[in-house]
Amino acid sequence: MRAFTYERATSPAQAAAAVARQPGAKFLAGGTNLLDLMKLEIETPRHLVDVQDLKLDTIEPTDTGGLRIGALVTNTALAADPRVRRDYGVLTRAIVAGASGQLRNKATTAGNLLQRTRCPYFYDTNQPCNKRKPGSGCAALGGYSRQLAVIGTSEQCIATYPGDMAIALRVLDATVETVAADGRTRRIAIADFHRLPGDTPQRDTALEPGELITAVTLPKPLGGRHVYRKVRDRASYAFALVSVAAVIQRDGTGRVAFGGVAPKPWRVEAAEATLPEGARGVSARVFADARPTEDNRFKIPLAERTLAAVIAQAKA
Amino acid sequence: MKFDTPAGTNPIDRLQVVGQPTDRIDGPLKTTGTAPYAYERHDVAPNQAYGYIVGAGIAKGRISSMDTREAERAPGVLAIVTTLEHAKPLPLGKMNVAHLFGGAEVAHYHQAIALVVAETFEQARAAAALIRTTYARSDGRFDLGKAALSARYEPIDDEAPNPQDVERVGDFAAAFAKAPVTIDQAYTTPGESHAMMEPFATIAAWEGEKLTVWTANQMIAWSKASLAKILSIKPENLRIDSPFIGGGFGGKLFVRADAVLAALGAKKAGRPVKVAMQRPLMMNNSTHRPATIQHVRLGATRDGRLTAIHHSSTSSNLSGGGPEVAVQQTKLIYAAANREYWLKLAVTDLPEGNAMRAPGEAPGLMVLEMAMDELAEKLAMDPVELRIVNDTLVDPAKPERRFSQRHLVECLRTGADRFGWSRRQAKPAQVRDGHWLIGMGMAVGFRNNLLQKSAARIKLGRDGKLTVETDMTDIGTGTYTILAQTAAEMLGVPIGDVVVKLGDSDFPASAGSGGQWGANNSTAGLYAACVKLREAAAQKLGFNARDATFADGQVKAGNRSLPLAQAGPLTAEDGIEYGTLDKEYQQSTFAGHFVEVGVDIYTGETRIRRMLAVCDAGRIINPKSARSQVIGAMTMGAGAALMEELAVDKRFGFFVNHDLASYEVPVHADIPHQEVIFLDYPDDKSSPMKAKGVGELGICGVGAAIANAVYNATGVRVRDYPITLDKHLEELPAIA
Repeated sequence: MRAFTYERATSPAQAAAAVARQPGAKFLAGGTNLLDLMKLEIETPRHLVDVQDLKLDTIEPTDTGGLRIGALVTNTALAADPRVRRDYGVLTRAIVAGASGQLRNKATTAGNLLQRTRCPYFYDTNQPCNKRKPGSGCAALGGYSRQLAVIGTSEQCIATYPGDMAIALRVLDATVETVAADGRTRRIAIADFHRLPGDTPQRDTALEPGELITAVTLPKPLGGRHVYRKVRDRASYAFALVSVAAVIQRDGTGRVAFGGVAPKPWRVEAAEATLPEGARGVSARVFADARPTEDNRFKIPLAERTLAAVIAQAKA
Repeated sequence: MKFDTPAGTNPIDRLQVVGQPTDRIDGPLKTTGTAPYAYERHDVAPNQAYGYIVGAGIAKGRISSMDTREAERAPGVLAIVTTLEHAKPLPLGKMNVAHLFGGAEVAHYHQAIALVVAETFEQARAAAALIRTTYARSDGRFDLGKAALSARYEPIDDEAPNPQDVERVGDFAAAFAKAPVTIDQAYTTPGESHAMMEPFATIAAWEGEKLTVWTANQMIAWSKASLAKILSIKPENLRIDSPFIGGGFGGKLFVRADAVLAALGAKKAGRPVKVAMQRPLMMNNSTHRPATIQHVRLGATRDGRLTAIHHSSTSSNLSGGGPEVAVQQTKLIYAAANREYWLKLAVTDLPEGNAMRAPGEAPGLMVLEMAMDELAEKLAMDPVELRIVNDTLVDPAKPERRFSQRHLVECLRTGADRFGWSRRQAKPAQVRDGHWLIGMGMAVGFRNNLLQKSAARIKLGRDGKLTVETDMTDIGTGTYTILAQTAAEMLGVPIGDVVVKLGDSDFPASAGSGGQWGANNSTAGLYAACVKLREAAAQKLGFNARDATFADGQVKAGNRSLPLAQAGPLTAEDGIEYGTLDKEYQQSTFAGHFVEVGVDIYTGETRIRRMLAVCDAGRIINPKSARSQVIGAMTMGAGAALMEELAVDKRFGFFVNHDLASYEVPVHADIPHQEVIFLDYPDDKSSPMKAKGVGELGICGVGAAIANAVYNATGVRVRDYPITLDKHLEELPAIA
């Protein structure tokens, strides 16, 4: 870990300004991912702006009948909130499918969105990795890629977005609220929040330097059955090989997003029209442009079968 | 004490303390976090500095340069030891294949190339990242499949008649050709990592020429000799202390880089230095269970009698290393007149392969017992019955040589009964429970009982309390407790009156912990010392030792009775040495493993529902700690069957998944229900304790039982471990 300076911010705008002012500065919230990456010198911030005092830790109703989730609401608190459990069950289920109780107690809503890939080559600083060190190459291409992405990848990067919560947020059409250094606020649709790697895999999200997430908002409840199904090699405490977040209505229509398959939560709205007819058509459309490796080709039939399980569960 | 004839009746047979499910006497230390593990021994040497290991960033080649200037200037840095300070590698310790430090050559990925010593751990870590190393990479051999083409024969054991050839009994080829029912299949098992909870860890301190290391090591006497050799110091100037070890599984049988680097760092810094190997280095820096490519051919009569058995295995290692002896158990497990086995070893430049829990048998039985399941299906015979029909009470190659004991058939019948095996559907893919396909599988477990000499000292205080001293180790197994039970039984005192001190190289040399030999041999060594103490105490109290009984803190003979305490202080030391009972008799341990799994019909995920092991392993000294050993081993076998695999990058030559996030081992949620039954037949050929090993038996065969259950659930046979969902997904029933 490189030496760094540290300050505790007192307001969101001041935090954003503090990070924008110093090259190499980063926000620190729960630290469950950032501190690990700093120990390995995958992340080497020179300055940390700790946002824990910003009081962004409440969940409030919105004027449009949804919920506004403060950036610092912990995963545990969010998953346990009675309104979330009642109206956004897919979100609760996705959160508790991830990490461990201890980690969820520390991890925050904003931090969870910003967690970085678990690609093993990203984690090994001896290996080339365009996400960690732009221009150094991608060791995962042609390497061990069983966990990695099958769609949305580029010649520069095949890393997977590893989280669960964001898959549910994608299916719920959440919005990320931010504040910039100059105090400007903006709202970013969750669909646009995570980036595809293209030629700049080092940039995971649409956030500008110094831009701070203040909240995540959920539109008014969708009703329907909320399902999150995470498939993994062991029963707990593992990243998804494939996950499916779905909200399915009584008539079989609904929405579906996939995790573990792409550099971002993967949802193709146009494919959802055929959801009432079953998994096959949806999956074929969602993964039409997939470019899997030999190691992870199985994820495509697995995604289809997992969606079938989700549809069956929603009907049951 | 020489143990060369079967044990008669002795004080252990009273079973007042031995044989009881006693709680661990070291349990409170562990549950309160006060057991002194190596890295946390802040009290043993003042002013400890921290060492941080740097591992090589390439798998094969030569270090061209190391620039440490910036690191040396970093805050808190006290010393930097680099491999280039040594013109050539330091000598190898016992069983080491790759050198642990020294010289410019890199033999495998993450081989230690430097240690940074600083005032704090964080400073050492930060400075380590500032060392600039350049390499001249050379081509390496990283693909077992390719290397196997030029593999050479290796002897299966010391008694191999033709070490560089196939080992044969009868005429396999002819019998196999004639057999009406045959199996002929290839299988693979992957490399596995010990992944023990406590990493390699050492504190080293010099006082002049004398070095003390507080470390985590399974084999104190071996490691004392090894570390002295590696460091070129006199053994009498070295003390090793390893009283508590947070798991080893074979990874800590030998000296590793942490101990060498802590000693070198402490020398250079002029301060005690502590080193814990960073978790991401563990998989590639140290040893692993080698991957295997195995082949089994079985020939049988229509009524299921084996007439021909072939088992062969190819594994790889660094030059100078050994093979994974995956065919060893096949020499003894089933009767058949015609047999052949071979082992081949290829040279690769991947990290060092070496012993991991039940080396040989664990991957060997994963394969052999899957092949037996395939044979049973082909014969339309119950898999349990197939094993029973082919049971043997003698060494098949030397029929005059009997097993000392063998109750495998009872293991299988008891297990089948308790598990409800009769409810199994022989035809696979027949049982559904919601979205789960349900299957049952079984397999035989087999692991030899190894006899090793072992010594101990026992002291009787004036207060009647006993202190046991031996360099034996407790790697989480329960050794403290069973030694206390042994001393309490022998001297007739409550277990609370026994203090056990372990892991110090100044204590008498024990068998150590490995090869499931620790429990039987270390307690037998203490038994010998206790016999001596009884004699000395009886004599001191004026009894004839042969007539005296030791019970309730009293020594009695005739109508005379005196407190044992009155004989204190006394010290006795002895050990157990073995004659040829293990040559005259084949000594082994046996198990029947039964498993039920569910396989998700949609996703192919396998989840174990319940597991049962019925074990025949001599007298069980402590059913509670023995059960813990067996369920732990079953869990490790579940990992091997379903998820554990060191993933090889064949281009760059390293195990890619080198941390505990990416090398998955089972978690609690994977292991819902385990049951263990011990048959508990004392074996008078094994030692005066009449006990045998049990710590590795639990992993032997269980992987195949799981695999066979998966097959029974799905009807899809996966012959490449681990059985992850991707390997059977597309052959599962179509879903709507």
